[in-house]
Amino acid sequence: MPFGLLKFGLNKGHPVPRALPAASDLRDSYDIVIIGGGGHGLATAYYLAKDWGITNVAVLEKGYVGGGNTGRNTAIIRSNYLTPEGVKFYDESVTLYKDLANDFDMNIMYSERGHFTLAHTDSAIRTMRWRAEVNKHMGIESELVLRDDLQKMVPQLNYSEDVRYPIMGALYHAPGAIARHDAVAWGYGAGAAQRGATIHQNTEVMGLEITRANGSPQRITGVHTNRGTIKAGKVIQCVAGMSGEVARMAGFKLPIKTIPLQACVSQPLKPFLDAIVVSGSLHVYVSQSSRGELVMGGSTDPYGVYMTRSTLDFKEGLMMHMMELLPFIGEAKLLRQWAGMTDMTPDFAPIMGETPVDNYYVDAGWGTWGFKATPVVGKRNAEMLATGKVPDLIKPFALQRFHDFQLLGEKGAASVGH
Amino acid sequence: MKIMTCPLNGPRNISEFAYGGEVKDLPAPDCDNETWVDYVYLQENLAGVVKEWWYHTPTAFWFIAERDTRTDTILKTYAASEVFKERVDFQAGDKE
Repeated sequence: MPFGLLKFGLNKGHPVPRALPAASDLRDSYDIVIIGGGGHGLATAYYLAKDWGITNVAVLEKGYVGGGNTGRNTAIIRSNYLTPEGVKFYDESVTLYKDLANDFDMNIMYSERGHFTLAHTDSAIRTMRWRAEVNKHMGIESELVLRDDLQKMVPQLNYSEDVRYPIMGALYHAPGAIARHDAVAWGYGAGAAQRGATIHQNTEVMGLEITRANGSPQRITGVHTNRGTIKAGKVIQCVAGMSGEVARMAGFKLPIKTIPLQACVSQPLKPFLDAIVVSGSLHVYVSQSSRGELVMGGSTDPYGVYMTRSTLDFKEGLMMHMMELLPFIGEAKLLRQWAGMTDMTPDFAPIMGETPVDNYYVDAGWGTWGFKATPVVGKRNAEMLATGKVPDLIKPFALQRFHDFQLLGEKGAASVGH
Repeated sequence: MKIMTCPLNGPRNISEFAYGGEVKDLPAPDCDNETWVDYVYLQENLAGVVKEWWYHTPTAFWFIAERDTRTDTILKTYAASEVFKERVDFQAGDKE
């Protein structure tokens, strides 16, 4: 048998398909340079090629594809946000996600579970009702369920009154789903590469070439990398976690604080939890992966660092709350822990579109809501880069809103205290 | 747990403290909007050594800490009075 396997492995008749082409030299110039080879950057390259036929595109990734924060989230997809702008935007993302596996011809393990945001106080119930009404108005399946109904829908939770935050009800969002985050990045990367975009891994941006007039930055013309300088027509940064540092190279500041968000998974358990359960008051969200692991996350760290370290404090805090919801979890062991760096904005909404530098675009401020937006971000970034016009759907997320004092207040965001 | 040294209370668990933002120069009250935008919203958000306001919650004490955000190490903490020597008095309503 081992010989049979060896023979099979060495047989040229069964080549292992390569998702991404082998590394190539940098060209002298590209029409569009995308900084960051995570989900957002790769999706932008993918839709540029697929929707607009633009393939003289380079994606520059300092590490490896999907090795940053794309693979560090808890993979939840939903559109039941609070502001009409947010709801419309994330709904397009959910629609795109549903067809993504077909689009890629690759299983992204998209699994619709139903998403429950628990309410533990009267004021939370009021907010849920508000969110449900905004959602329904925008055509999203979303409703408030009170405790008795909830208990029938998600019987696994602890409905005891003898806890710090008894469950009073939940906002139920039937299309809430999870997907395999790595597969989303790989699918977009492979699809973009097949259509002619170039993906350069191990290529770090060291600086930007920007023309100046009267001392202020004017227009981007090129990108300096650790592998040489390239000319660029248009440049977009999609570098969640490092947005502030890259924007600094372009000469402007962002209203972003980089804060780690930690998560962990338990040992695999028998499938018992179909729903995705979230609680803002308890700072907990949990879903069971198809491997049986409970994927758990909490709130962002109390202060900012540029690190992906894990802390015991975080897990103590998270588990204290998890044991209120699922008391048996005290018997389970943790299997893995990790952290991602999130771009937190003051209004919990992203920053997309034009910047003070001509032909330089930003895709940042993705805090704890970046993964679920990957398809819509790619599609609309591509439209923006191809047409030179900012699509209506992403106009509300302009950096300019901070300069006009027009913040969004997206209180439907996850992992943040409101 | 990570330990932070409070200039008033000595070494304490970091959970007793709250982060209070970057140390920035307060703009003049009659400055233009862009200066306010910069002060209120825009962040240096540096990957490196930063100077920040921190607050010891149980004793309501504000002070300044210098940290390296790449390594999560606290380099120095000191009372705000070491930087801000003069009292700032705000006069409300004198712009009318």
